[in-house]
Amino acid sequence: MRRRPTEVRLLAGTLLASGLMIAAAAAQTAGNDDLVEMQANAANVVMPTITYDAQRYSKLDQITTQNVGKMQVAWTFSTGVLRGHEGAPLVIGNVMYVHAPFPNTVFALDLDHDGMILWKYEPKQDPSVIPVMCCDTVNRGVAYGDGKIFLHQADTTLVALDAKSGKVVWSIKTGDPGKGETGTGAPMVVKDKVFVGVSGGEFGVRGWITAYSIADGKQVWRGYSEGPDSDLLVDPQKTTSLGKPIGADSSLKTWQGDQWKIGGGDTWGWLSYDPKLNLVYYGSGNPSTWNPVQRPGDNKWSMTIWARDADTGMAKWVYQMTPHDQWDYDGVNEMILADQTINGQEVPILVHFDRNGLGYTLNRATGELLVAQKFDPAVNWTTGVDMNKSSPNYGRPAVVDKFAPGSAGEDKNYQGICPAALGSKDEQPAAYSPDTGLFYVPTNHVCMDYEPFRVSYTAGQPYVGATLAMFPAPGGNDMGNFIAWDARTGKIVWSDPEQFSVWSGALATKGGLVFYGTLEGYLKAVDAKTGKELYKFKTPSGIIGNVMTYEHAGKQYVAVLSGVGGWAGIGLAAGLTDPHAGLGAVGGYAGLNNYTALGGTLTVFMLPPS
Amino acid sequence: MQRLLRAVFGISVALVISAGAYAVTDGSGDPAAVKSDDGKWTDKDGNPTFKIQPDGTVDWYTKAGFLRYSSECLRCHGPDGMGSTYAPALIESMKHLSYTDFYGIVAGGKKDISASQELVMPANGTNKNVMCYIDAIYVYLRARGDDAIGRGRPDKVAAKPDSYSKAEDQCMG
Repeated sequence: MRRRPTEVRLLAGTLLASGLMIAAAAAQTAGNDDLVEMQANAANVVMPTITYDAQRYSKLDQITTQNVGKMQVAWTFSTGVLRGHEGAPLVIGNVMYVHAPFPNTVFALDLDHDGMILWKYEPKQDPSVIPVMCCDTVNRGVAYGDGKIFLHQADTTLVALDAKSGKVVWSIKTGDPGKGETGTGAPMVVKDKVFVGVSGGEFGVRGWITAYSIADGKQVWRGYSEGPDSDLLVDPQKTTSLGKPIGADSSLKTWQGDQWKIGGGDTWGWLSYDPKLNLVYYGSGNPSTWNPVQRPGDNKWSMTIWARDADTGMAKWVYQMTPHDQWDYDGVNEMILADQTINGQEVPILVHFDRNGLGYTLNRATGELLVAQKFDPAVNWTTGVDMNKSSPNYGRPAVVDKFAPGSAGEDKNYQGICPAALGSKDEQPAAYSPDTGLFYVPTNHVCMDYEPFRVSYTAGQPYVGATLAMFPAPGGNDMGNFIAWDARTGKIVWSDPEQFSVWSGALATKGGLVFYGTLEGYLKAVDAKTGKELYKFKTPSGIIGNVMTYEHAGKQYVAVLSGVGGWAGIGLAAGLTDPHAGLGAVGGYAGLNNYTALGGTLTVFMLPPS
Repeated sequence: MQRLLRAVFGISVALVISAGAYAVTDGSGDPAAVKSDDGKWTDKDGNPTFKIQPDGTVDWYTKAGFLRYSSECLRCHGPDGMGSTYAPALIESMKHLSYTDFYGIVAGGKKDISASQELVMPANGTNKNVMCYIDAIYVYLRARGDDAIGRGRPDKVAAKPDSYSKAEDQCMG
């Protein structure tokens, strides 16, 4: 009953949607689109997060719990690229935009003609960028705005393509791959700007988010994760952390000497946006190196949730989840924005499932921490977050030394740490259904041994300094779970075990369904209320892409990119090791090559013609 | 299913071991250790090599090579030199690469660009985290390629030689 206001709004949205479909097609040529309106039209998917709030929820309801069992393949499309395929296509009117990993091909497909190719863009990039990309040459998608398609290429070229012709409107360089800066994340467009982050945490790259003018690619602002206040774009008095001003030199004070200059905190995850508050949200990644002994201090503001003013970039609030990271628990995972009733009050919340295994609920207007609980019971590096506001450790996780590499020095193997470096969840985004009030989270159930040791920095060379071995969490062989989570209480509602880590982004729909993909290659549909599996289909390769849905000519479709790779592909070619021997890094994934092989394919599903 | 996979793996291990029993030479010739310079072993041709005691204790360089391999090379070449979706299994490459070939590729990089894939290995010549440990990495991979050691972290390891620490300090700066 409490959810009634949301339902009313959704109904209004659905009614609006049909009218907007026509408006959206016309707007393509009109210049400045109103993306806030476009993203509310469920027929389209105009941004990588589906909607600005990153809920990955669709109001489309033709495919339901009742009929999903009859779903069948409508058509398929090969990208011609072998490497790992993350992200998802966009759909605007009758055109679908599909991206691929390096060489970062983009296709515009005509939905009126079974996906006929309208145009193809394939940049020429220096292949020397390939080895600078940690963990495969993935790309998480393109963004749309002002009649243009924006792509952040591997070599950090940000290009704006004419959505109609595929011709380059403008092209700029955001970073220097010679120093290890690369592009893997999907851009996001807000008003007249396009936001882009950078990858390179394993190369000592200092992270940033930059806003460029969508008209000509001119830089408007850049906010770094680390460094002096002027670089961070913070106001020592007005920018807060857990309700208090962060003060002057908040980052510099937490690093030894100049280490912040090669301090990581990269920004390769997803962005979300609240139009009412005009704030952009994202997370910063791991501090460099992976040897924590070499970088004493809290290493701010790596591992941090950021809320920035979309116009100026000025940070409104920050919250560091994992001070002085000792595990490579990047904080880049998506920030999902929802409105839920907590203790009788409707709160504008931000929900984040971190690599560190904690599910956080914050007030996204103020940055107040409301809930921080483990979303995988295997998590053992912390006993929990201090929620006592008067405690000097308020908001900090209590660290278990035995499972904290570096706590007893380097050159020591710290064993049985959960989760592993890839986290209880990685970049694959979760979904939220306002119908059930639950979050749907693809998770990893993997642990590790971790030995940190001395490493030296050379620009453009890996800056790691640790060896780690991964294996399934104790008590079973399953390496993943797909869970439903209540962010108001911080509790798992149901959990579907999976043999391999779930490395695909989820999708929730008004049809009472949640979709996700598996590393073996299955697209699955489950009942949002119970987690009961209602449909599965094996696509040509393992799925590390995100499921999306759209409507074309009055019919609902579901689509997903398959094409195994990324971190999961690193162990793919190797044979399976006995996980209980505690050896064999990524050994668990190795069994994958008995199920799937490389190759990028888009599979589009529909209900059979009645 | 898990059990089935383990059984399949068991068979492949058996095959590798039986093949290994006949392989007496690799890309650098006979790997037998003949000379030690403070725990750093070489073969009859002066190439770095591994030394494994009858009780399974490995020399320090083999263990150091495992650590550095796993931090510098694993993200492309996969765990334990077994390859990934986009880089070759070095346990196979070591069967035909000489120490000189190996050194040259690590320092200078390699490109293998075809219509379907672009495989690119960076030049590590200026990367201290690799070059200061290149002999250790070579020795480790040589031992893996010759099937002298199995997957994972070597558990019994000879003491760290003083000369190793000295050379490491000098090289890493």
